[in-house]
Amino acid sequence: MKIERIAQAGSLESCDILITVEPSKPKTGIHIHLESPAVKQFGDRIKSEITEVVKRLEIQNVKIIAIDKGSLEYCIKARTETALRRASGE
Amino acid sequence: MKFNTNTANRKIPTELHGRKLIPFSGKGKGPYRKRKYAPKIRKVSASDNKVLKSLRKAIKKSELTDGETISFHHHFRNGDFLLNIVCHEIAKMGLKDIRLVPSSIQGVHKEILPYLEKGIITSINCGTSGTIADAISHGKMEGLLTIRSHGGRARSIENGDVEIDVAFIASPTSDIYGNINGVYGEYACGSLGYAFPDAQFANHVIAVTNNLVPFPNTPISISQEHVDTVVELDKPIGDPSGIVSTTLRITRDPKGLKIARNCIEVLKASGLLKDGFSYQSGAGGTTLAATNYLREYMISKKIKGSFAMGGATKSLVKMLEDGLFKTILDVQSFDTYAVNSLLNNLNHIEIGASQYANPFTSGCVVNLLDTIILGGTEVDVNFNVNTSTESDGRIMWGMGGHQDTAEGAKLTIIAVPLLRGRIPIIVDDVISINSPGENIDVVVTERGMAINPNSPYYSILKRNKKLDIKSIDELKKIAEDLISGKPKKPKTTDRIVAMIEYRDGSVLDVIYQVED
Repeated sequence: MKIERIAQAGSLESCDILITVEPSKPKTGIHIHLESPAVKQFGDRIKSEITEVVKRLEIQNVKIIAIDKGSLEYCIKARTETALRRASGE
Repeated sequence: MKFNTNTANRKIPTELHGRKLIPFSGKGKGPYRKRKYAPKIRKVSASDNKVLKSLRKAIKKSELTDGETISFHHHFRNGDFLLNIVCHEIAKMGLKDIRLVPSSIQGVHKEILPYLEKGIITSINCGTSGTIADAISHGKMEGLLTIRSHGGRARSIENGDVEIDVAFIASPTSDIYGNINGVYGEYACGSLGYAFPDAQFANHVIAVTNNLVPFPNTPISISQEHVDTVVELDKPIGDPSGIVSTTLRITRDPKGLKIARNCIEVLKASGLLKDGFSYQSGAGGTTLAATNYLREYMISKKIKGSFAMGGATKSLVKMLEDGLFKTILDVQSFDTYAVNSLLNNLNHIEIGASQYANPFTSGCVVNLLDTIILGGTEVDVNFNVNTSTESDGRIMWGMGGHQDTAEGAKLTIIAVPLLRGRIPIIVDDVISINSPGENIDVVVTERGMAINPNSPYYSILKRNKKLDIKSIDELKKIAEDLISGKPKKPKTTDRIVAMIEYRDGSVLDVIYQVED
């Protein structure tokens, strides 16, 4: 899958996450900027959950901005996938 | 540094900042002094004038010097201006190394942060929230934060563990001779209960008011023989609308409502909920909702309670007005409805911090409580409750009367969600302990409740088929499954920035500086 435009999924409601996806140049890899109230306790885990979805969709280069409000794993994965699919023009 | 392990299984240094620490060894077993502390004797004659227009002159008259201790009450909560005003004045006067002993530090007090960093304020004794708590967590204060419960604070002042050199009392109304109440004046805050020990045991007392009235001012909450100076200030001492700003409104969150309903189910099953019932709750959104469910149930079963204890809220006052409780005992008024009730209702009684919760008296009111519903930031599998630190290790809150009421009440219920965002609330080990597990009977969550096997109510509650009872370990496991694992432990340095006392003055826990 290829990221062609900026897209979003999610919200800033409590227990949700707002994922913004932007295209990036070839060979720049996956970049994730994360803000979360639980960044110390769960920062690495949230990033790896996002990365997992990106890799599953076979995306090599993307910039992701994640503003977390205490979301759980299934929410993070669903929001990430939706944002990526919207950005790919599917 | 040498350490002892206390009965809550926490490592307590033998000595900290020159003070020898006594490790917590279970309720009712703490250190006990034989005599109360006695403040300095002062003498005011018929020709003396107590009223000053200048705060600076009043501080000079008190002979406050470097290294001494000043105190405040927090009945204006997040609307308090006086603590900031006095600290600014002290800084301008060039004083330093001051120990601050307010009954609480709130978000509004962030203005004093530069004084912590410059060594003007070097230690604080109280529950602390907001910016100042965060700064202390990051090591920005030279000395130590000593966190005490409301009863523990009263005890420390009365037994001399804390000697107050000058008490500043924000006084909604005062006469020229220092008879003070909190119920009259433009800036009425209601009960002045937390300031009672300060007035009685400080070496010098300064009342600061915007509403100076002729002698005698009645009703008298704090009386003239304790008050040395009355300062009539132009700037307001506080904003009563700030009282409610830090207490939550009744929750509309379905999780919170479910927890609240479950709390009342526990009460019903305990057998305590009958005529003569006594009750206190915290002022969090869930416990406020529980109070409303309690109201409905008491009306439907025509139960008449004896007393309710404040933090007095509108919900509680309505129950008094409707005859569901005979009396409210009020150490702190949480909204203007409660302030008006304290003024107008003969059965709404102001009590001081010692009468409320001081363990070293001839009996405090918490001993007579049937039930208390409390919150917490974390609870561990040994039922220890944390109220002061978040799971990232930072100090965020004080503890109010948590320890006192949890020990005193027959049935202590902790009402908490299983998760806050992704943070699990029931854990293996709390970051820091405010209320030891031996005082906790039931932990109620939205996915079931756990009863402490050591609670005297264990068998009666366990028998009740309506209650969704699980073990505390099961609750912890449910949370871990939902969040797919455990959160990372916070990283701390080896520097101790805060200490949590039990209400008797022994030490429950210490808190380390967080690493960034």
